Amino acid sequence: MRYLPLADTDRQEMLRTIGAKSIDDLFVDVPEAARLSGKIEGLADHASEMSVERQMGAMARQNMVAGEVPFFLGAGAYKHHVPASVDHIIQRGEFLTSYTPYQPEIAQGTLQVLFEFQTQVARLYGCDVANASMYDGSTACWEAITMARRVTKRGKAILSGGLHPHYVSLAQTMARFTGDRLDVALPELTAETDAERLLASIDGETSCVVVQYPDILGRITDLTPIAEKAHANGALLIAVVTEPVALGAIEAPGHMGADIVVGEGQSIGVGLNFGGPYVGLFACKEKFVRQMPGRLCGETVDAEGKRGFVLTLSTREQHIRREKATSNICTNSGLCALAFSIHMTLLGERGLRDLAVLNHARAVLAAERLAKVPGVELVNDTFFNEFTLKLPKEARPAVRALADKGILGGVSLGRLYPEAEALENGLVVAVTEVVTDEDIEALASALQEVLA
Amino acid sequence: MSINASGWKPEMGSGEGMEVQTFTGNRALMLEEPLIFEMDEAGGCGVDIAPAPKVTSRLGGLERKRDIGIPGLSEPQTVRHYTRLSRQNYAIDLGLFPLGSCTMKHNPRLNEKMARLPGFADIHPLQPIDTVQGALKVIADLGEWLVKLTGMHSVAMSPKAGAHGELCGLLAIRSALEARGDAREVILVPESAHGTNPATAAFCGYRVENIPATERGRVDLAALKARLGPDVAGVMITNPNTCGLFEPDMIEISKAVHEAGGLVYCDGANFNAIVGRVRPGDLGIDAMHINLHKTFSTPHGGGGPGSGPVVFSEALTPFAPLPFVEKQGDRYVLIEEETAEEHHGRTFGRMTAFHGQMGMFTRALTYILSHGADGLRQVSEDAVLNANYILRSLDDVLDAPFGNSGPCMHEALFSDKDFGGGLSTLDVAKGLIDEGFHPMTMYFPLVVHGAMLIEPTETESKAALDQFIGALRSVAERAKAGDASLKAAPIYAPRRRLDETLAARKPVLAWKEPTQGVAAE
Repeated sequence: MRYLPLADTDRQEMLRTIGAKSIDDLFVDVPEAARLSGKIEGLADHASEMSVERQMGAMARQNMVAGEVPFFLGAGAYKHHVPASVDHIIQRGEFLTSYTPYQPEIAQGTLQVLFEFQTQVARLYGCDVANASMYDGSTACWEAITMARRVTKRGKAILSGGLHPHYVSLAQTMARFTGDRLDVALPELTAETDAERLLASIDGETSCVVVQYPDILGRITDLTPIAEKAHANGALLIAVVTEPVALGAIEAPGHMGADIVVGEGQSIGVGLNFGGPYVGLFACKEKFVRQMPGRLCGETVDAEGKRGFVLTLSTREQHIRREKATSNICTNSGLCALAFSIHMTLLGERGLRDLAVLNHARAVLAAERLAKVPGVELVNDTFFNEFTLKLPKEARPAVRALADKGILGGVSLGRLYPEAEALENGLVVAVTEVVTDEDIEALASALQEVLA
Repeated sequence: MSINASGWKPEMGSGEGMEVQTFTGNRALMLEEPLIFEMDEAGGCGVDIAPAPKVTSRLGGLERKRDIGIPGLSEPQTVRHYTRLSRQNYAIDLGLFPLGSCTMKHNPRLNEKMARLPGFADIHPLQPIDTVQGALKVIADLGEWLVKLTGMHSVAMSPKAGAHGELCGLLAIRSALEARGDAREVILVPESAHGTNPATAAFCGYRVENIPATERGRVDLAALKARLGPDVAGVMITNPNTCGLFEPDMIEISKAVHEAGGLVYCDGANFNAIVGRVRPGDLGIDAMHINLHKTFSTPHGGGGPGSGPVVFSEALTPFAPLPFVEKQGDRYVLIEEETAEEHHGRTFGRMTAFHGQMGMFTRALTYILSHGADGLRQVSEDAVLNANYILRSLDDVLDAPFGNSGPCMHEALFSDKDFGGGLSTLDVAKGLIDEGFHPMTMYFPLVVHGAMLIEPTETESKAALDQFIGALRSVAERAKAGDASLKAAPIYAPRRRLDETLAARKPVLAWKEPTQGVAAE
């Protein structure tokens, strides 16, 4: 077996050193009844690289690849071009095969990357500090709600109807067990977000208001009035960003008064990967840092006075604080954070701005063209690179019909909100820099055929 | 002077006292590297972006006006920056990485190649399911092997890491208890448990109580039985446990907990010690997470991503989270919120967006197919053999607190007993760094004073083990002799010991532009 270096002669010699007659002697503590004598049912013996590659390749070929067709899906995961050097660097063994940096003297590479990553995220979000990553945007969102509970000592969270339905669903799952109260609503197929509802709902029991920006339908709303009303009532504003590229074009939530900003970092550096692994971003105002979940990397000096980095404020964390920790998170999303950070370094201020402008421009062109398809209506007044169309009929079968024509045309609201009939004609369309004029034309004409 | 065959030892030789202060601060291949924020000169950029067509803005007047403040570098500068940083990291690719309980084994590169096939890497989680049948098959196949390898009834694939899997298991337990109208409030956790166990129990609203360990490093069965009662929802037990020992009473523990109306959660962090030889389902457990990044060798990546599928007993299966993959005839379907009603009405709900860590599933499935039934069994046997070899090769020089209670499983545990001169486990760990090894897990489990938990894994050769044993023996002898120079270790690492107290007292968590107006020196 190519991954196991011991030879049988090694094994015999080692057993002699140990003083055991056979390998079974080392498993004496396992009760007889629990020992598995036979093989795992149906599992073949070890296989060559070539053979495994064939088996995996056969499964890979049964999927429609985003990069090979006109592609317009978003709703929390976006297809962007990731520079070749990103994947090259994250495959260096010193990054790929290292561990959480518990021994800082021999993990300065990972630690410095985390320090740079935290700074990039904090600045992108317009916040003071960011942590070293969470699993993904959805879990970061729930962690932010629990953090707001700890900060305000209140248990009622108001969730915008524009928050990604999976994020809402996860919060509902957890709140059933923690006793948090959630005020939730469905989105409406209108140009306006539910900012008015949020403003009306904030009261003296509210721990936080959670607003996605841009929201699930792609709409952009000014967070400033919501932040002001929340703060006047002693509540926090949590902003959720599922498309970080947007922040190259629109104001950062932290600059509009958000206390905690969380989101999905997948767009930058990570790739689609059928939903994971992704990278959760988590940032907040400095005064809340001791209530943050997750790893934090901080600057310090070594015994010779040289600058170095360590994991810090670990008294918030489970391995020190156990049941009193701010979260149970341990492993987070280190390698994806590295990919994010490399891509962000390649972009820099200018690249991120240009990329955002390009995304927006292509989306505007696509929205204008698709709104010309007979019966199709553009819901949004505002959007970044994603908008919602109202079709003259149910969108979900239309998406399947488009797929039959070799076009991945968007995410139907029927897929996201299967119970909501009022939303079933909605189609969320994302248009990034990878979408060409030909792709837009292909979608427009195929949509016209499908709707005819 | 000759080179030590069991390990290269740096010799200062006649260079003693002749250290040169270089202009750059570099020492040959040991290269200092500034932060990207200190390298940005004139708004550099490492990507070429096509010019955007002119359009009327739809941003609603919310344009970002102020500078974001993120530096950019050209591609060559970027590649060099990260390559130089990478060289300041220890990694499995460089040598034995004996971090107990973390399972740092070789990461097969075929797994990386397979995860990057466009058919897996470049598909969107919300594509129509007819366009992702292969991806759903990967999830279903891996799930099926996990169920068979553990002898359990079903599997939830979506948890994102081990601790997230613990959460999944406990939420299922709580749901099952609530479904029978039996709200209970306490979870029992052994003293030796990972910190995530009590943190998870608290995260979903339970009160945590400790169960003591016996002198042999196992769960104290009598104490456990005495504490069981109508308020105890269940136990969280790591098996093999964090002392590297199998819990021989596990079947009886499960039985006692079930008789008291509770449920059994098993922390599967150490499943790599028994995979292919023991099925946790035969031990009576109800839920267990599997760290794909441990047992099935998906890379740790400097702190994740992980993946923590949870296997369930029949009793907990109805409460498993959404979504999951089901085969209906020739076709794979995804059971999400809408279809759950008819198929899976008692689910506790969703715990993440989308469907879990697909990139880790492809790697883990590749690993399982590569090893096969014989290879997986050999994995656990070699992992246990290597750990016992280390235990018995060092128990004359280091105190092995449970050395007399039989063989260990996949990791060997030592204490700091008999160290001289005020030296402790930390000093031995830092001494190992100078010997070119990543240290073992330190001060965990908490039940052993100055614990040193060593997990070599099955992917080490005997020669690598012997070199490590030689190095640790040498450092341990220095510690016992009270060799004060260990206090200064590491000497040869990119950094000397770092001031963690300073970092926590005055946290600097982001880079800031140097303040202007400081007088020139």
